[in-house]
Amino acid sequence: MTYLPTAEHDELRAVVRELAVERIAPRAAEIDEKAEFPHDLKELLAQQDLLGTCFEERHGGTNLDTIAQTILVEEIARADATTSLIPIVQKLGALPIILAGSDEQKDRYFPRLASGEWLAAFALTEAAAGSDVASNRMRAARDGDDYVLNGSKRFITHGSVANLLTVFALTDAAAGGRKGMSAFIVETDSPGFAAPRVEHKMGIRGSPTAELTFDDVRVPAANRIGDEGEGFRIAMETLDRSRLGIAAQAVGIAQGAVDASVTYAADRQQFGKSITEFQGIQFMLADMASQTEAARQLTYAAAAQVDARARDLPYWTSSAKLIAGDTAMRVTTDAVQVLGGYGYITEYPVERMMRDAKITQLYEGTQQIQRLIVARQLLQRAGVVERG
Amino acid sequence: MKIVVSIKQVPATGADKRYTDDLRLDRASVEAIINPLDEYAIEQALRLLDAGTADSVTYLSMGPATAAEALRRALAMGGDDAVLVSDDALAGADEWATAKVLAAALDKLEPDVALMGMASDDARGSLVPGAVAAMRNVPLLSYGSELALADGEARVRRLSATGFDWIGAPLPVVATVTDQVGEPRYASLKGIMAAKRKPLETWSLADLGLSADELSGGALTRVTDARPPEAKGPTERIENVPPAEAATRIADWLAARKLI
Repeated sequence: MTYLPTAEHDELRAVVRELAVERIAPRAAEIDEKAEFPHDLKELLAQQDLLGTCFEERHGGTNLDTIAQTILVEEIARADATTSLIPIVQKLGALPIILAGSDEQKDRYFPRLASGEWLAAFALTEAAAGSDVASNRMRAARDGDDYVLNGSKRFITHGSVANLLTVFALTDAAAGGRKGMSAFIVETDSPGFAAPRVEHKMGIRGSPTAELTFDDVRVPAANRIGDEGEGFRIAMETLDRSRLGIAAQAVGIAQGAVDASVTYAADRQQFGKSITEFQGIQFMLADMASQTEAARQLTYAAAAQVDARARDLPYWTSSAKLIAGDTAMRVTTDAVQVLGGYGYITEYPVERMMRDAKITQLYEGTQQIQRLIVARQLLQRAGVVERG
Repeated sequence: MKIVVSIKQVPATGADKRYTDDLRLDRASVEAIINPLDEYAIEQALRLLDAGTADSVTYLSMGPATAAEALRRALAMGGDDAVLVSDDALAGADEWATAKVLAAALDKLEPDVALMGMASDDARGSLVPGAVAAMRNVPLLSYGSELALADGEARVRRLSATGFDWIGAPLPVVATVTDQVGEPRYASLKGIMAAKRKPLETWSLADLGLSADELSGGALTRVTDARPPEAKGPTERIENVPPAEAATRIADWLAARKLI
């Protein structure tokens, strides 16, 4: 197995970086300040075929390998974390269908997602069910050829701008979330669906995080993903892969902070000389850069494991997300320190990066959940607990 | 309607340029890009292709083997195929030799429009388009902010001191366009993937029926000296002041010299 970037990866990075530097970075501060979804940048990414990288060519996608998809997210996040969520969530929302959907479902929905005409979102979390996924309450009751969905979801990234949702609801409440949950494709123009509210957030402020309500929403049985009762497994297998997108986002945020810090330090004079002449600054920059590189290489290694269909995939993707998220938080905090007072004001990007970095320690499984996953993998290898 | 866009691979704008012992640009030491002004010619050609006015777009470049990268990048933006004229005898070619080679290549390609950027970012001679037109004995339509094709005629819209003129000539023509054409498109991911499969031919001087002797060893001119421009007088820098104060001081400076 190799996980060194190829010439194609380098080319992709150069292309995305140019786009990110010229078109995305100049919008980042405004997107953050106004807390508005960047529809213009979504159109730009769609136009450049960058929302279809996880879809097959027969559906209009480009079917890039997972390292390439990682590089794409990383380079966008280096400029703006909010915008990087557009490809991340497009894949997250589609993954349940990629993993467990029927050919008919793929043929019907993937062309619109691959082209970027439609946005997807992943609706799992509820107000009272975050880390404890199995305590979900939303219901889906069979009624003839339909299911009728009732309940609500919270903290759904892009829930208010998506055209298609993959929704997890109990088809057998008595069996509980682990055995009685099923996954559904819901088009957001369905009667009874609403996104009444978005959260006011500390970071990734241009990315709408929505509360969703389902009031007798009818979904054809043909839109059920997999069999009844497979919802929990589909959700977990989705997250085992999608959290790599968050690792990539974290690496990108950290790299953006490293680059902004070096640029600032090179210009800044104090005590009659460049602050880059002080070892105190040099040591911080060296720690920031080397830790970011370590997080990046682990993320690529985990990406290679996805394509190699590793049996212990959760070990890799959770480790990558854990390390990358913590690295992004530490590196962006240090970036604010390097810039001093200028780092704390909105005139420079690093305070935004620090606020954006925090979410990478929280969503798609908190860092504590990642540790539980890694530990379970270790204990399975040791034969202490059963695989499952 | 067939368009051939001539492009030049140049060192990246702002790159720290070095020279070899014989005072030629050391191309290996700097990042190479498509001449930015040629990107407007590419954009203009692709707009005509998108509109169905043009049937095909071919890219033509003269340069070292590495110039194929510039042609691949152009193909990623759109268009059909590309030709690179590359020959050791062309090292150090000046404008005259370049025009001679491009004219010979265009004789083979027979386009309705040979489209070029208004200048190259490195040499900035702006001589090649006119020389090519003269050598091929076809009209030159220069400095267009737009190129239009209809009824066997090409027309360029050229800004003038009082407005703009439309200048037309019967096909075939050589035309140059400016940065007023509109922002060049970014290559899309599918464009980049498709470009790898588009035809790219390399022609030698012999393929064009030219000999090194005919080209006087590649150049009529010889570089005798190269040095950086001398530093100008002292520069006043306005730094670390609020933007409003900086603006006032710039305005005062200009006003003191009766420039505003």
